[in-house]
Amino acid sequence: MAFNIKLLAKNHKEDKFVSGHRLCPGCGAPLVPKLATLVAEALNYDLVVSNATGCLEVSTTIYPYTAWNIPFIHNAFENAAATISGVETAYKALLKRGKIKPEREIKFIAFGGDGGTYDIGLQSLSGAVERGHNFVYILYDNEGYMNTGNQRSGSTPPGSQTTTAPVGKKIPGKLQLKKNIVEIMAAHENIYAATATVGDYMDYMNKLEKAFKFDGPAFIAVLTPCVRFWRIKENATLDIAKLAVETKYWPLYEVERGVYRITRKPRQFKPVKEFIESQGRFRNLLKHPMASEIIQGLQDYVDRKWERLLALEEATKDKPIR
Amino acid sequence: MAELKGWKDIPIGGLITEPGSSKKFNTGGWRVMRPIYDRSKCIDCMMCWIVCPDMAIIQEDGIMKAIDYDYCKGCGICASVCPKNAIEMKPETEFQE
Amino acid sequence: MIAEQKKLAITGAEAAAHAMRQINPDVVAAYPITPQTPIVEKFAQYVADGVVDTEMIPVESEHSAMSAIVGAAAAGARAMTATSANGLALMHEIVYIAASSRLPIVMPVVNRALSGPINIHCDHSDTMAERDSGWVQLFAENSQEVYDLIFIALKLAENENVRLPVMVNQDGFIISHGTEIVEILPDEEIKKFIGEQKMMYSLLDTKNPVTYGPLDLYDYYFEHKRQQVEAMDNVRKVFPEIAKEYEEISGRKYSFVESYKADDAEYVMVALGSTNGTIKYVVDKMRQEGKKVGLLKITMFRPFPKEEIQYYLNGKKGVVVLDRSMSFGAEAPLYAEIKSSLYEVAVRPQLGSYIYGLGGRDITPDMIRKAFDDAIEGNLVVDEQRYLGLRE
Repeated sequence: MAFNIKLLAKNHKEDKFVSGHRLCPGCGAPLVPKLATLVAEALNYDLVVSNATGCLEVSTTIYPYTAWNIPFIHNAFENAAATISGVETAYKALLKRGKIKPEREIKFIAFGGDGGTYDIGLQSLSGAVERGHNFVYILYDNEGYMNTGNQRSGSTPPGSQTTTAPVGKKIPGKLQLKKNIVEIMAAHENIYAATATVGDYMDYMNKLEKAFKFDGPAFIAVLTPCVRFWRIKENATLDIAKLAVETKYWPLYEVERGVYRITRKPRQFKPVKEFIESQGRFRNLLKHPMASEIIQGLQDYVDRKWERLLALEEATKDKPIR
Repeated sequence: MAELKGWKDIPIGGLITEPGSSKKFNTGGWRVMRPIYDRSKCIDCMMCWIVCPDMAIIQEDGIMKAIDYDYCKGCGICASVCPKNAIEMKPETEFQE
Repeated sequence: MIAEQKKLAITGAEAAAHAMRQINPDVVAAYPITPQTPIVEKFAQYVADGVVDTEMIPVESEHSAMSAIVGAAAAGARAMTATSANGLALMHEIVYIAASSRLPIVMPVVNRALSGPINIHCDHSDTMAERDSGWVQLFAENSQEVYDLIFIALKLAENENVRLPVMVNQDGFIISHGTEIVEILPDEEIKKFIGEQKMMYSLLDTKNPVTYGPLDLYDYYFEHKRQQVEAMDNVRKVFPEIAKEYEEISGRKYSFVESYKADDAEYVMVALGSTNGTIKYVVDKMRQEGKKVGLLKITMFRPFPKEEIQYYLNGKKGVVVLDRSMSFGAEAPLYAEIKSSLYEVAVRPQLGSYIYGLGGRDITPDMIRKAFDDAIEGNLVVDEQRYLGLRE
């Protein structure tokens, strides 16, 4: 279904994710659950959500205030996926035994930041996916442990200023490239895995629909700029996210049981340097003597990754692995 | 902010049993810039509504009604996406009493 | 009316599995760890054969086991898991969350020593590490008690005034892998006894959305913890009612403690778990010799039965406390709590602390007798930690 924003607005009944949360002005993170609730509403699903510890969870549930108008559970940092697999299994069991009679079909979402997904939460996510639970894991990726003040995560790009991998006189910040989380999830084979951004929200919503309708686990990695620690203007969130796609930094694609499909093919690409220069978190890197080497390394990497995606799209066309 | 309750007067387990209770917390006080909306330029495309991170665009039946200044944090994303420049960001100080 | 029961020759692990079978929980998520494994294996076979229609989640770690069970219980399901030792330690973080979220989870724990060095045999270090977690902790003396206490635990956990998770502890290998006669109640009696679960604050009740696990700042955390104290206090009121109900169908009594010839004893031993069986044997032998010894078995360790301790041990000449775990740098857990309970009794007994059985080290009747003899000979030193069966 192609979503029509005007129709969504017209038919919108009630906010399931409401105002009054304490996320920063211009933060990309609230759009991640907001759009998920709008898509669920359009598709007539009820939602139950689990959330790993992080910006989204903490800022939306400061006792006694909750921004969630849907059932919500925060358990701990590394177990959003394990928790939701318990909820989803309970749903199956109680439905089977006739102990619950929900009005609408319930869909299960686990939200996690990059900290709770790439790093500490990877095990429970992999386990839940391997077991084939019917849930959608939505990663809001702001490339660092932002809730606790910008510590590096497996998702932080090289050269980005973080407190635990700062760009210093000797060492130019984090040396490793971003861990490729979507490939890791796609390798589980029986899964729908995709990238998205808050900038291309139509693409994200289409993928949400696919994820909800997928028979099995689904994973969407949403690049979510952080105003505070990417050091961008409050109104630039969507633009920076779009820039990430236009520079091949974060290509928009999906893998459905091993079949690759690129969902946005910009006619012209911009150099990744433009993405780097657009954010204050790379300011120290740009002053560092190794700057051009690192940026060139990143450019080569995104170029190779794009070529590889094109080749995978070609090679796996109509050849699902499961 | 609500008055603090004793342990006998709150639900067990740390549960929040009132969904959407964050609406009792007005984040509008955070604003440094205020979006001012020009109805005459608006074409009700609803793009501001969908991108507002704080659900501060009030619309009814697909028609833009108002900006909810109780919650609007003044990020300006609405102004940046409006295809008709119907939203202008002005300093909040212009509206202080 | 006492129901007609079937006698089976089974291990403690199998007894736990039978209890789980008769409960037929909605969800079980478990990760194998010696010596809990037979519980999960037996239950998995019940699932595979359709004897139960529980949804079983083969989780990838104990941390995920407890996380999934927290999710399932929050969704309103009857949810159970089981573990031992390092598995319990791995789920430690979530164990606290299960209690603070007030979820009625029942977990058989097969007691095994915590690493390191790695040891698969029985001691109580695993469960002692959870004594501050807010869970109710029950200890079984034998397989029959394992079976019975699991049902009592479920009713206790689900009681509206309690809503706390409960661990039912059994000694690893000694109870879990030893075959005993266990009387099994008819399925129908158990079904009636446990009844239907009453869902409270269910995540699947989409008409009444709740938020579990909010950020509790310094303005509310303290109050939420105080509520947990209240719940523990309510356990003291609710448990005897449930135990009475169970006695009516099974003929077996359960209380916070069990006095075995302690009423008129001069010297009383206190212990947890399977060793109580051996102590009863020694008590009987020594009584035949005219020695006035007795046993106070602790069934409920959390909440701690302070009143019962004070009642039974006030005025005794000597009390020896056997601990199957240690607290390095301090007095052993059970000993410290017994001693502190006796602070203000009218006539304080002589006290002696004995550590035994760590890492599965065998405890023999001779060792138990030695401890009693120390008491009888007036040879107890309250501040000295002694060891039974340790090679010097």
